[in-house]
Amino acid sequence: MNATSVSSPPAPEGVPTGDARPIEQSYLGAGSSLWSWLTTVDHKRIAILYAVAITAFFFLGGAAATLMRVELVTPRGDLVSAETYNKLFTAHGMIMVWFFLIPSIPTTFGNFLIPLMIGARDLAFPRLNLMSWYVYIAGACITVAALIAGGVDTGWTFYTPFSTMFSSSYVILAIAGVFVVGFSSILTGLNFIVTVHRLRAPGMTWFRLPLFVWAIYATSVILVLATPVLAMTLVLLLVERVLGIGIFDPALGGDPLLFQHLFWFYSHPAVYIMVLPAMGVASEVITCFAHKPVFGYRMMAYAILAIATIGFLVWGHHMFVSGQSVYAGATFSLLSYLVAIPSAIKVFNWTATLYKGSITFEAPMLYALGFVGLFMLGGLTGLFVAALALDVHLTDTYFVVAHFHYIMVGGSVMAYFAAIHYWWPKITGRCYSEGWARFAAVIIFVGFNLTFFPQFLLGAGGMPRRYHEYAPEFQLLNVLSSAGASILAAGYLLPLLYLPWSLRFGARASGNPWDARGLEWQTASPPPVENFETPPVVPERPYDYRPQAAAAEGGA
Amino acid sequence: MRELFAWHVGASPYAHRVDVLFWTLTGITGAVALGVITVMAVFAIRYRREAVMARGPIDEPPVTGKRWVEICWIVIPLLIFLAVYVWGANLYFQYASPPAKTLEVYVLAKQWMWKVEHGNGRREINELHVPRGQAIKLVMTSQDVIHSFYVPAFRVKRDVLPGRYAVLWFRPTRSGVYHLFCAEYCGTDHSRMGGRILVMEPEDFGRWVSSGAPTATLAAAGEEKFRAFGCGGCHGENATVHAPSLAGIFGHDVPLATGQFAHVDERYIRDSILMPSRDIAAGYPDVMPSFTGRVSEEDILDLIAYVKSLASAPSARGDIR
Repeated sequence: MNATSVSSPPAPEGVPTGDARPIEQSYLGAGSSLWSWLTTVDHKRIAILYAVAITAFFFLGGAAATLMRVELVTPRGDLVSAETYNKLFTAHGMIMVWFFLIPSIPTTFGNFLIPLMIGARDLAFPRLNLMSWYVYIAGACITVAALIAGGVDTGWTFYTPFSTMFSSSYVILAIAGVFVVGFSSILTGLNFIVTVHRLRAPGMTWFRLPLFVWAIYATSVILVLATPVLAMTLVLLLVERVLGIGIFDPALGGDPLLFQHLFWFYSHPAVYIMVLPAMGVASEVITCFAHKPVFGYRMMAYAILAIATIGFLVWGHHMFVSGQSVYAGATFSLLSYLVAIPSAIKVFNWTATLYKGSITFEAPMLYALGFVGLFMLGGLTGLFVAALALDVHLTDTYFVVAHFHYIMVGGSVMAYFAAIHYWWPKITGRCYSEGWARFAAVIIFVGFNLTFFPQFLLGAGGMPRRYHEYAPEFQLLNVLSSAGASILAAGYLLPLLYLPWSLRFGARASGNPWDARGLEWQTASPPPVENFETPPVVPERPYDYRPQAAAAEGGA
Repeated sequence: MRELFAWHVGASPYAHRVDVLFWTLTGITGAVALGVITVMAVFAIRYRREAVMARGPIDEPPVTGKRWVEICWIVIPLLIFLAVYVWGANLYFQYASPPAKTLEVYVLAKQWMWKVEHGNGRREINELHVPRGQAIKLVMTSQDVIHSFYVPAFRVKRDVLPGRYAVLWFRPTRSGVYHLFCAEYCGTDHSRMGGRILVMEPEDFGRWVSSGAPTATLAAAGEEKFRAFGCGGCHGENATVHAPSLAGIFGHDVPLATGQFAHVDERYIRDSILMPSRDIAAGYPDVMPSFTGRVSEEDILDLIAYVKSLASAPSARGDIR
């Protein structure tokens, strides 16, 4: 990236242009002691607290995945025991879902950007925001305690009656951690909803909101509505496991499918908690680097709301072979196809946004384009597992594993990296090495596909998931997948080197290094404690880019 | 390259129908993916900032939407999705109900093995021998956690739950040996809970199933247990206690004391043995004790086979075949 040569557009009347002031005068200079960080109620600092915590969990969950991929190089279980393997994939799932993916974009970039994007001083409830982080940390500590004590072997899905009556691992401690972290989700969601409703700057109407804000808003609604169902389900699990009251175990008069219904009523919308914010990031980044207004803004906003709504009605597609009624299966299958429509709209609209743009390919754009491609493949393979007869064959195989990793890792994690690179200059006031960042983006893209594409073939060939040992004919594809995982791991480690490096040695970033629109670019990098020196006023729609002018200026 | 797909052969007519859907959908989604990626690549090159080409006059507002384009890419995918939905659902419904004439085999899943009982009493573990060309109907239950019976070669899978009877059927048309996997995570040795499906020529199967000195048919074993557990004392022909006769009830509806009707299937019999007070047959007192803890899942399977044998021929107790 070039921090100085890109000229900022003339700022609208009454809005201060960002400039490069000493970092000490920003929110980062408001205190450097550990105590000042742990007691901060500044949404920008809390975002960084979250970023540190979820990064630790990302690499912890990644370490579990690495051990699994090494184990799967050979068909026989020769690295770890079956019991350890089962605990590894359980830890990987729990950590990645609840302690990385669900909080990832909302708690870091949502926290940092929502007030900046809507022209507010802070979130509606700053102290509640800090409390959410402590609740997250408490839940994380409990879960880590469960892992240290000996781990859990139920899978992140905690299916009954295995989890209630048969597993002899630390189930209660683990679900206690998930139960607690759920409250962090609920409080964060509540905070965002109130903030978007109440704290928008003058002129910031609903249809002038950046799509990132729309996405976080819809995500927050899901967080608030779905997470309590998970909490109740886990309490019921505890009641059966500890008190022996029959709820899910048929031997006690319970119904094991009830658990699956309750669990997926939360956990399918949870997929949209992970992917909607990613979509919001993609919309911001692609418009900026195509230098063009987003194609079909209103349709994009409606698609977000449609996904959030229909996403609540598709949970039964996880249960096509479970023994639920075939008519329920038919209904859930149809609804699953319907929820794919707004996702398709978004992919088409991102593509159309490129049309007649003035496109540049800095690292955030590479990650964002990677996101669109991988999310599309994840979505298209979703059409396979939504088809009833195909799902009978493919469910609980590696096809499903590949499908949801394309959505969650290819989609959400790619977008998370796009967000890190896009807003890094804003958050830190520093520019990272563009060359290394582009290199890492390509490595991650290649490594990801090599890891997970073979798993589609494994699944179609019939290899079940959660297998410590497997039939020898599956070895070649497993070796390919493990090789890809080693490339992917290297790609994920690179930003861990060049990003911290930039904090010390990176060039100073201007207020608007990408020549981007949006209120967050109209204040200094890093922003002052109060975000804006004078309260902003919003006179126009978002994404007011002029590709022709940019091309005339920047072209040959 | 062959190694990547060599094992991926369907061994039943249903498997072939599933594969047609799979490859059609692969074609459609592959074309869509390729199309979108191509368009993205073309745009990315054509409209890169350095490209010297006219994007239109400098004061022309950029394209921010086109109603007809958006309607097109909502309606066309919707129609394709609906077609795929109907196709997939139609196949699923065909597969959901087994044909009338089937060879019935009982499967009992437990951590971590599959126990199989053929009608003539032949038992096997982690293997299932079946004759080629005949529709095989598996009646499956679990005695502990949820398992899932998965035969990739037939493209069929069914979760096996404790406390109910799951049905799965297939008609193998190629003899050979195929993988049997447990597809629902069930604990430590989940990945070892597999086995083999051996599809044999019918005459070979006939020889196999009658060899190995089967002691008694399932129904005969059930009749034995029917006496041993004292069931006959009430439900038998010369019983003094007022209890419903079980002859001919399987597969029919029986009236309940509540005025409703219950369909007599495997689960009804199981529930009546373990939770007799739940559904009281109309006109009979609630006097039967529960047999929970006294009968095993295998005992129940035998008893079910016995009651079924009464259904076909109320007077002739014995072979279910």
